[in-house]
Amino acid sequence: MNKIVSKKQLSDNVFQMEVEAALIANERKAGQFIILMIDEALGERIPLTIADADPARGTITLIFQTVGATTLKLSKLNVGDALAAVLGPLGRPTSIRGANGEPAGHVVCVGGGIGVAPMHPIAQALKAAGNKVTIIMGARNKSLFVMEDEMRAIAGDDLILITDDGSSGRKGLVTEPLKELCEAGAVDEVIAIGPPIMMKFVALTTKPYGVKTVASLNTIMIDGTGMCGGCRVSVGGATKFVCVDGPEFDAHQVDWDQMLKRMGAFRPQEAAAKDHVCNLYKGI
Amino acid sequence: MTPKERMAIAPQAMPEQDAQVRAHNMNEVALGYTAEMAKTEASRCLQCPTKPCMQGCPVAIDIPGFLAAAAEGDFATALKIIRKTSLLPAVCGRVCPQEKQCQKFCTMGKVLKDVDKAVAIGRVERFCADLARESGTEEPVTCAPKTGRKVAVIGSGPASITCAADCAKAGHDVTMFEAFHKCGGVLVYGIPEFRLPKSIVRHEVEGLKKLGVTIETNYCVGRTRKVADLIRKDGFDAVFVGTGAGLPKFMDIPGENLNGVFSANEYLTRANLMKAYLEGEADTPFWHGKKVAVLGGGNVAMDASRMALRLGAEKVYLIYRRSLEEMPARKEEVHHAKEEGVDFHLLENAKRILGDDKGFVNGLECLRYELGAPDASGRRSPVPIAGSEFTLDVDTVVVAVGNASNPLIPATTEGLEVNRRGNIVVDPETNMTSIPGVFAGGDIVLGAATVILAMGEGRRAAAGINAYLMKDRS
Ligand SMILES: Cc1cc2nc3c(=O)[nH]c(=O)nc-3n(C[C@H](O)[C@H](O)[C@H](O)COP(=O)(O)OP(=O)(O)OC[C@H]3O[C@@H](n4cnc5c(N)ncnc54)[C@H](O)[C@@H]3O)c2cc1C
Ligand SMILES: Cc1cc2nc3c(=O)[nH]c(=O)nc-3n(C[C@H](O)[C@H](O)[C@H](O)COP(=O)(O)OP(=O)(O)OC[C@H]3O[C@@H](n4cnc5c(N)ncnc54)[C@H](O)[C@@H]3O)c2cc1C
Ligand code: SF4
Ligand code: FES
Repeated sequence: MNKIVSKKQLSDNVFQMEVEAALIANERKAGQFIILMIDEALGERIPLTIADADPARGTITLIFQTVGATTLKLSKLNVGDALAAVLGPLGRPTSIRGANGEPAGHVVCVGGGIGVAPMHPIAQALKAAGNKVTIIMGARNKSLFVMEDEMRAIAGDDLILITDDGSSGRKGLVTEPLKELCEAGAVDEVIAIGPPIMMKFVALTTKPYGVKTVASLNTIMIDGTGMCGGCRVSVGGATKFVCVDGPEFDAHQVDWDQMLKRMGAFRPQEAAAKDHVCNLYKGI
Repeated sequence: MTPKERMAIAPQAMPEQDAQVRAHNMNEVALGYTAEMAKTEASRCLQCPTKPCMQGCPVAIDIPGFLAAAAEGDFATALKIIRKTSLLPAVCGRVCPQEKQCQKFCTMGKVLKDVDKAVAIGRVERFCADLARESGTEEPVTCAPKTGRKVAVIGSGPASITCAADCAKAGHDVTMFEAFHKCGGVLVYGIPEFRLPKSIVRHEVEGLKKLGVTIETNYCVGRTRKVADLIRKDGFDAVFVGTGAGLPKFMDIPGENLNGVFSANEYLTRANLMKAYLEGEADTPFWHGKKVAVLGGGNVAMDASRMALRLGAEKVYLIYRRSLEEMPARKEEVHHAKEEGVDFHLLENAKRILGDDKGFVNGLECLRYELGAPDASGRRSPVPIAGSEFTLDVDTVVVAVGNASNPLIPATTEGLEVNRRGNIVVDPETNMTSIPGVFAGGDIVLGAATVILAMGEGRRAAAGINAYLMKDRS
């Protein structure tokens, strides 16, 4: 049982929760995730990135968007309630330039929507390893931005905000400032986290410039330990399991179209489950 | 009774749910003997002085001994004899491939020239265990005085359950770490309810708790904490690694990443562990396959194809590239699958999975095979027949061609020796690995094997752990 010790609503459908998980808080590194369950009898296992951790308090922070049945139920839990299960930290930690043998340089972090949350610990680690960090945050509109202050604290003036409708920052897509930076020639590495479609276009944008680009994949998962293969993707023609081989991969090698299709495998069932949960909460 | 009289007793058939009915429910297929049937079946045993059946039993249960007690109706004594060497009789009685083990060597089967007419050792074993469990008359187990030594057991499959129980009985403080939210390993996530009721596995896990074993679920060793830290930081004096063979193999054919293609592990985990078949109640989504092809010929393939029927498939094809003879699955499961309507496509193999433009499976291209010369394993190897391609109309493909060993612990444990296949290398007598104090057993050592072998390994490792922990005490 993992108790919820704080909860905050960051936007219409984005929530932040701090959850007791002492061992995970100790062990986790930037880029790793957990799998949680709200109910062990009939609940589903969903992956969420560890957005932050406090080893002293023995807690981890999760930031999630309510997209379906389980995230909706999660958003209804309150401080004092407990999660039935939290397993982690899972996945390979991000390989941080400057600390992994590659010389520090200029890294551009591209976070789309809720993807900004998992980007936070990575950007922090990159900065700490001596890199110049530029952060591009994109969202459909202003109300969907999360963690703007935290990201500004890392990137300072190199924080670029961009929205589809121009309600905050520049109007347009994250790929536009990214292209300009690549064009200017001073980018050593790009890390992208966000909707798969965004990551696909980030990869297409950087490819002509030969800039190393890493994407953090968010496929459907069950166990998160390499046992089922449900999270598999094709990377450079080989099948990889995102939960153990990833979640980060060379974005230029990922078969994005296949991944996009795989994420829709259970869409009708998920939609029905979400409606069902929505109706339940309406009744209360 | 004279041997002649014993031979005249008809083999007792196992009462079963009707095939047409059970193909649509999750309840156990084989209903179990009555006491009368168990007694009668046990009476068929000839009490051979050479005990040939015991040679076939991987843990050398005193088979004629327990059958003699059962024939007298003394099932409690029978169970006591079984328990001397086997910890999980209710499980093994159900899932052991008896026709390849004890019953293969049984004199009765030899005389009647039919292994199916051997004494039904497994069914009597199951009866003895079920009776004690259901009537609450199992003998309480006592533990030796506390030794003050701490043992970590990683995983909760049959190897780990056995090792944990034996270590607890020896007086050590045992903690079991399991990555999933439920204990039992393959017994809960792989083998379906209709073949092994989960209440039995729960009962065994409860038994561990009664022995004082602490159970930590949702704890992935290697990630939550490394093996070395369990020893260095948490003070465990010995560690047992029983993490199984949980890495699904795929066929490496085109189309394997289409929607509607599952590893058997995923397909069965969704249904068994996550209870996806309780649609509307369970949150894990349910895949509505109407025409399902299952690739493989082992127990896993049988379970997946029979599960597909129960999940509402109208047509289930089992595609296996050799013939019935070579099928590694338990004979009873093959028989049950056929009765339930699984369509066996033997000497055929999948070549390519076809999909629509949205990425969903809509067909399976297969190739016909014939049997050629025997290969290294002694089995006649299947040879494809050129130009024999044909397409099956399916919307779901389940790949059940085996499991490799899970690399997580070897990858996160420095100095742990593994072989070419990724299996942990152990001393055959103590099951100790290349790291002193770290032991391993079950599928992670043997490769995908059987419940009884995993249990035997867990037991041997526990003995090894005892010797290791107490060597400076005697
Ligand atoms: C390694 C990893 C890290 C993740 N980190 C975060 C995080 O920090 N914060 C966060 O909000 N989400 C994160 N996700 C996504 C999150 O797991 C899903 O949003 C969640 O599983 C949806 O569950 P649900 O039952 O609410 O919705 P479902 O009913 O399962 O799905 C509802 C809708 O969301 C889509 N969806 C399903 N699974 C995913 C997925 N894995 N990613 C994106 N969309 C999905 C479906 O296509 C569907 O349209 C992460 C995913 C992975 C694999
Ligand atoms: C579908 C199916 C049907 C089968 N049918 C039969 C049959 O009829 N008869 C038969 O004899 N055998 C059968 N088998 C094989 C048999 O189940 C296995 O040989 C046996 O379960 C192996 O036991 P084990 O204890 O080694 O590991 P497992 O049962 O595989 O258990 C390993 C456990 O370790 C956990 N784990 C893994 N890594 C970690 C980690 N890092 N930290 C914590 N926990 C971890 C896993 O989650 C799992 O619970 C079948 C197998 C399958 C998949
Ligand atoms: S071989 Fe068969 S008949 Fe002989 S002792 Fe064993 S079970 Fe009895
Ligand atoms: S989630 Fe099961 S293998 Fe990755």
